[in-house]
Amino acid sequence: MKAVGFLMLPAGWFLVLAAIVLFAAAPLRAGFVLAGIAVEILGLVLVFRSHLIPREEKR
Amino acid sequence: MPPQKLTEVTTVACLFFIFLVPLAAAGLAFMNVGLGRSRSAGHMMLASLCALAVAGLAYFLCGFAWQGFIGSPAHIFNLSGKSWNWIAAEPFFFRKLAFEGSAASLAAVFQIFCVGLAALIPLGSGADRWRLRAICLSTGMLAALTYPLFAHWVWGGGWLAQLGVNYGVGRGFLDVGGAGTIQVVGGLTALAVTWILGPRRGKYSADGMAPAIPGHNAVLVLFGCVLALVGWIGLNSAGAILFTGGEPSGAALIAINTMLAASASALTAAFITKVRFGKPDASLTANGWVGGLVASSASCAFVIPAEAVVIGSIAGAVIIFSVEWFELRMEVDDPGGSVSVHAVGGIWGILALGVFGQFERPVLNVAASSLTAGGNGITSGQWLAQLIGIATLLGFVLPLTYGLNLLLNRFYPFRVSVEGERQGMDLHELGAGAYPEFVTHTDEFFPR
Repeated sequence: MKAVGFLMLPAGWFLVLAAIVLFAAAPLRAGFVLAGIAVEILGLVLVFRSHLIPREEKR
Repeated sequence: MPPQKLTEVTTVACLFFIFLVPLAAAGLAFMNVGLGRSRSAGHMMLASLCALAVAGLAYFLCGFAWQGFIGSPAHIFNLSGKSWNWIAAEPFFFRKLAFEGSAASLAAVFQIFCVGLAALIPLGSGADRWRLRAICLSTGMLAALTYPLFAHWVWGGGWLAQLGVNYGVGRGFLDVGGAGTIQVVGGLTALAVTWILGPRRGKYSADGMAPAIPGHNAVLVLFGCVLALVGWIGLNSAGAILFTGGEPSGAALIAINTMLAASASALTAAFITKVRFGKPDASLTANGWVGGLVASSASCAFVIPAEAVVIGSIAGAVIIFSVEWFELRMEVDDPGGSVSVHAVGGIWGILALGVFGQFERPVLNVAASSLTAGGNGITSGQWLAQLIGIATLLGFVLPLTYGLNLLLNRFYPFRVSVEGERQGMDLHELGAGAYPEFVTHTDEFFPR
């Protein structure tokens, strides 16, 4: 889960970069930038969840 | 491109503001010490000094070479007919930098303090368990690679600054006083370090409780807040002159906005803690104060005072709930609140510039090394440029800093031994406590 989360962070960023380069129309560009940030937030959720401490390791 | 020229008055004013910046570092160091345990106080202060020293040397070695300044040589690649400036190509050791009062030399002085400030931020999150040598190594990586790379993109005429010129996205990513380049970069490194270190022993018990481990000296924490204010006024004013082409006369507005944002944020934090817990909480109010300073950094030169109050108030509320969310829900043990204050507060500050920013005076176009005309009202697309900057911080800087610190942790473990943590970092790593006349009490938070 941790690795997938950390892969989703740059994946979302690449989506943002692609939106800047590929789309000239402002609404389309903004939509893809927001989609990229949404992917990053999903990645962050996964990374945070993967760092929760298992009950048996709490001390 | 010709290097930016400053008048004598501007140079003197800029130097004055730059020399205030170390006070911000002193403030953060005091806060980190006060929010940690007494048995690690001396270690934290020494770690702060070492972090400043290592950051300065690493920045001198190669940091500035990779960060550069507006108009300095850089590595560029072309994509669809547009140039993407991604890293500077200055020689190492400041070799081609002439210290004759040019904007580039002032930027080098400014940055050597700023990188130290960024290096202090992760110390608060790793308090009571992060070994001194690991702190120095991690700081070296931050100052030599992570910080210069992102700072070049924003302040060195890099691709984020070029967004306006190349793609018509607002005026490119703008960050006057380093809400992104200093605070969020430091805050995300703090998050990475916290994940790698894990929580302090006794913080999260098997029964699901997360007892608060209060800081040992509220006076130090609050004194640090006052020092930080002075440093931040210098930070924001110098940044506005060097990176947005502002005049020294604009420092009055910047100082007022910085003060108002911090005040609104601290009072909001005090009010929320009073309502929720019955009494205002000193450490959370202090976190609110610094969070307001952080949030003011990006936009202080481009908002009116009333907007600074709104920005600060929102920062105070967001930071209080963020501290609780990270600590209780996400199990991120961050004694200094660095992640919430610097990463979350900084991201809000960056976004706030896109929401509230008005550009009635000419703004330095760092991509073209010239002043662009001022406009009336909010620039269209600026919010998108700010969002792209935030996406870069989350999608590039966080994985980079986590990966580098994880790699370093494999070769040189960050975390002190169980015995060292029980004994305290002062005795374990330095051989003497910060308060030798104190009686050592049994630690109620550590299971025997």
